[in-house]
Amino acid sequence: MAEVKYRRLGDHSPMLTGLMALHAVLVAAGFGAALYMESNGHQVTGMNNQIVWGLPHVFAVFLVVSASGALNVASVSSVFARLAYKPFARLSGALAVALLVGGLAILVLDLGRPDRVFVTLFHRNLKSIFAWNIYLYGGFVAIVSGYLFSMMDRVVSRKVLVNKAFGYAAFSWRLILTTGTGLIFGLLAARASVSGGIMAPLFIAASLIYGLAFTVLVVMTMCFETREALFTDEMVGKFRGLLILFALSTLFLTTILHISKFYEARSLGVELFLLRDGGIYPLLFWGGQVLIGTLAPLALLARMHGGRGDRGKLGLASLLFLIGGMAQIYVIIIGAQAYPLDNFPDFDVSSNFGDGAIASYVPTLPEALLGLAGVSLAMMLTALAFRLLPFLPQGVVRETEFSA
Amino acid sequence: MSRDCNTGGSRRDVLFGAIAGVVTLAPGITLTTFGAAQAKPAGEPVSSKIRWGLLVDVGKCKPDCDACIKACAQENGLTTTSRPEIDAQWIRKVTLRDRQSGVTRTTVAMCQHCENPPCVDVCPTGASFRREDGIVLVDKHICIGCRYCMMACPFKARSFVHEDHDDQTTAAPRGKGVVESCNFCVTRVDAGKKPACVEACAGKGGGALTFGDLNDPDSDLSRALKTLPTAQLRSYLELNQGVRYANLK
Repeated sequence: MAEVKYRRLGDHSPMLTGLMALHAVLVAAGFGAALYMESNGHQVTGMNNQIVWGLPHVFAVFLVVSASGALNVASVSSVFARLAYKPFARLSGALAVALLVGGLAILVLDLGRPDRVFVTLFHRNLKSIFAWNIYLYGGFVAIVSGYLFSMMDRVVSRKVLVNKAFGYAAFSWRLILTTGTGLIFGLLAARASVSGGIMAPLFIAASLIYGLAFTVLVVMTMCFETREALFTDEMVGKFRGLLILFALSTLFLTTILHISKFYEARSLGVELFLLRDGGIYPLLFWGGQVLIGTLAPLALLARMHGGRGDRGKLGLASLLFLIGGMAQIYVIIIGAQAYPLDNFPDFDVSSNFGDGAIASYVPTLPEALLGLAGVSLAMMLTALAFRLLPFLPQGVVRETEFSA
Repeated sequence: MSRDCNTGGSRRDVLFGAIAGVVTLAPGITLTTFGAAQAKPAGEPVSSKIRWGLLVDVGKCKPDCDACIKACAQENGLTTTSRPEIDAQWIRKVTLRDRQSGVTRTTVAMCQHCENPPCVDVCPTGASFRREDGIVLVDKHICIGCRYCMMACPFKARSFVHEDHDDQTTAAPRGKGVVESCNFCVTRVDAGKKPACVEACAGKGGGALTFGDLNDPDSDLSRALKTLPTAQLRSYLELNQGVRYANLK
């Protein structure tokens, strides 16, 4: 059996050059927006003292969750010994780190005091899941970097045990990381719509679907760029199967979340708000997450029959999963804040500070630019990694063509 | 997380503290007896022997009165903008309409100074902290402005500073990009005074606010708590707030 050959990204096509130029413009605009917000304060955003986490957080959480899931392909090859995925293991590791960096960049630049980010290194409260997440993010980058090294170094890559150890460590770490991200919301006892341990498995399931969708789209972009079919029809089928499995898992856990909240008297109001009465939020949930982000791509994947159009359907389905993911995170984060806190049960409450009223939130351009910049930064870092190091498999890779 | 707070003080503070100490030592007589808070001697760490608390008597809160809010704004240098949703709201007036009887009353809401404050639990840097005497504060030097405490606060009691301020008071320096909330006018309390809102309510308002030491059975606050039926907001969260409400129903 032959070893898988890897390559660096060579000469850029006009398409990739154009794509990178677009990402560069968005990254520059995002940093400009962050500077604008930093100079003028958050008064220039749509965020306020009721909606304290806005669109930048939606992008950031989406990317951080996706990062963990992007490592999925590598984990499947190392931990579950599915060798068909091995040619894409390096690529998925690089993408995972890039997505995480993109998400963290947004989080840091949206802080009220981004200049104090290093304060977190010297002052920490280990009772805070947020503080733990800071270590989980750093650890993720370190472990995945080690994992990539164990796969790519000429000497170390021959030591199967070392590679396995890194593979298991990365797999465990990513599960813990996504658990930590889910618990940022799950531990908010004050917010009825998100509190609860189910947020951890829900975020893990969501991470698998977002991360794999990102991986598929990046592989397909590289297919266009290299003019090579980097994955076989067999791999298209495997990706299809995983996407269906992960999408159904996410849908199942989302259903359980909402059913359990409906049974809890104190969260009934917010559930009705999110799913029926809340305007933009039910629209995003049913139209964005369920219809466009789950049912439509599942229908596309169900209609794949091994024909020439399968790759297109796989790519489109992946894109729709990502759109659905953004809608899901938007409803979770913004919806939880828009519904008023029930500080005075049995009373209709009003004040000049929106007590008892639905909080409105209209994202502003700087927020949108900062969020998009995080995605663009992740994509640029991925392309840069592909340019500098041999992350891409060379040519069509068949399962029988490589050794473990 | 609790933290000793060793505040510095002026000569006046020292003098005031010494007088307070002497008065407190007199058998059976404390400053609380005369209606004031106990002064903490300057330089002495705060102690868990005291737990500051506040009683809001909803029955005495006048609907058209905002004396407490104005006093808070003046004491802490809080200004307003054209967007109330981004204004600092350390204390706010709330109108309550009973769903069954239709009776409408007003009260105030602010940081509830929980014994187990969620804002303190979630703060990644420990900027949110609870003093030994129960006052929940923000260390504005290490707050990074992540707003996770605002997500966690069950009472919407925290504000994020959305804009620059050049009209700050020495008692409450404020900085753009950090979170803040009612601190029971901690510098006044350490100097043996009552919070500005309590003083204003007693003067111009209906006397709806009673401040004192929950641990002192002879304080005005403790005596009031023994005679009035009181409640804590969202008590099912078991945060054991320092702020209690009387005559809510």
